[in-house]
Amino acid sequence: MKRERKLGKGVCVIGAGMPKFGMFNDRDSKDLFAEAFKGCIGSVDKGIDPKDIDAVYVGNATNDFFVHQAHWGPIIADVIGHVPKPITRTEGACASSSQAFREACFAIASGFYDVVLAGGVEEMSKLSTEEATEGLAIFSFPDELKHGFTFPSLYGTRAVSYSEKYGAKWEDLWDLTIKSHNNAALNPKAQFNASIRDIMNTRIERAKAKGQPVPEWRDEKEALGDPSFNPLIAWPMHLFDCCPMSDGASAVLLASEEIAREFTDNPLHVIGLGQGSGTSLSLSEDLCSLEGVVYAAKEAYGMSGLGPEDVDFCEVHDCFSIAEVIATEDLGFFKRGEGYKAQKEGITARDGSKPINTSGGLKCKGHPVGATGTAQIYEIWKQLRGEAGERQIPNPNIRIAGTHNVGGHGGTCTFTLFERR
Amino acid sequence: MVESPFNDISYNKFLTEEKLMGSRCTKCGTLFVPPRPICTKCYAADMEWVEMKGKGELITFTVISVGPPFMIQEGYDRKHPYCTGVVELEEGVRVVARIEGFDNTKPESIKVGSPLIVDFIHRDTGEKRKTYLAFKPLESAEKRG
Ligand SMILES: [Zn+2]
Repeated sequence: MKRERKLGKGVCVIGAGMPKFGMFNDRDSKDLFAEAFKGCIGSVDKGIDPKDIDAVYVGNATNDFFVHQAHWGPIIADVIGHVPKPITRTEGACASSSQAFREACFAIASGFYDVVLAGGVEEMSKLSTEEATEGLAIFSFPDELKHGFTFPSLYGTRAVSYSEKYGAKWEDLWDLTIKSHNNAALNPKAQFNASIRDIMNTRIERAKAKGQPVPEWRDEKEALGDPSFNPLIAWPMHLFDCCPMSDGASAVLLASEEIAREFTDNPLHVIGLGQGSGTSLSLSEDLCSLEGVVYAAKEAYGMSGLGPEDVDFCEVHDCFSIAEVIATEDLGFFKRGEGYKAQKEGITARDGSKPINTSGGLKCKGHPVGATGTAQIYEIWKQLRGEAGERQIPNPNIRIAGTHNVGGHGGTCTFTLFERR
Repeated sequence: MVESPFNDISYNKFLTEEKLMGSRCTKCGTLFVPPRPICTKCYAADMEWVEMKGKGELITFTVISVGPPFMIQEGYDRKHPYCTGVVELEEGVRVVARIEGFDNTKPESIKVGSPLIVDFIHRDTGEKRKTYLAFKPLESAEKRG
């Protein structure tokens, strides 16, 4: 990076929408995106005529594989009544819609467009778990895919390395998992809208109703340590360390700073944009870090003139529990080897000094891969405007927020900073 | 051998012949396994083939109980998980491979740093013949050997 980045023109977020994430056998990508679009348009405080949207960027990772349908740009343009205006599909695996968001920013900053919609969509639940596992594994590098690596396993190897280097055990990640579920329990749009305790109680009730042996867990950690509750997926990642298969969509509306206040008195200003890339496991020098995230963070912090200490809260890409730990270290929130201690001390809780994943994160909110990036921005939008309801961060002074999105196991990495002024 | 392009197709073809091959930049000497057409260190595009000795150590690993369909077809499932990992070769480069010969039902017993020796897992025959790069513990190989 030779110089600090800047946008040619200021860009603001003026609206955001998303449906509840989940696994739906009666819903498809088109109607999920239509709902995200409707919510997004409806969230614009002073209203907007959809006819005024100049262009759309839509992230989709691999519906080609999941539902055997390609060329999602025009399908989405059609369902939201955008034809014949332009739409562009972006693909960066699980970071696809963060890329859509960046392209939307650049399109406005260049002066070419004034109002642009960015969003994402993915429909993963129509395949069996094994088939969908392969659908995600194709986001890895060719040699990894060939040798049977799955997504949880790519992060599993990173967790083994982290454990070797810093001494953190799998059990040390349980506080983080409990925290994610506590947040998701307050998020009506989360796929797992339940705490670990709620899920334990459901299992106990079910066992009683069926006359089966009733589990005797003393607390959440005892349940997480029970293989019948939390089976191994890819060592040391167990079921509750992993994000689910999800269907979902999300959309945000952007406008140039010059006209943003025609639409709302409370826009979010895009103050930092960063993107980096990464290589395969065998070529990653430090398996406890994603070099593309470090690069993206440097770019975004440089553009904003801010540092990690200035970020009031952040949505990070916790496709697996270990990913949240690595993310918070790569973004500079915590020292190397210290990230896993943050939740033990309550720092990353909703009422902590650095709330992380107030939405519940990917693990609990759900991870319809192509929709995740702009869904993270939806959470920032709600929190910074004080509209997050029960899960609102209690600190009334929050002003700066970040979204960190990773495609593959570090191949595509984005970090974006937002400010409420 | 000299004619083969420096790509994954050649790499996989050599694996079926039980050869672990890489490419070395003739200008700066950097070694790449799998091979690459361009040196990403000095950007020279003049490579030569080099065969690896096949000894290394385990850098990291995982044990997978939910695999993709092609691994399930091989008989792996929750009760019979398989191990994959990253191996650093004596020559100084790292590769991803299947890891054999450990008790996969006790992943906590698998030790990072274990000395390993190359193995080749062949599947199917004829046109469909495919070979996976694998490594197994050096000790057990010597005992048997
Ligand atoms: Zn070179």
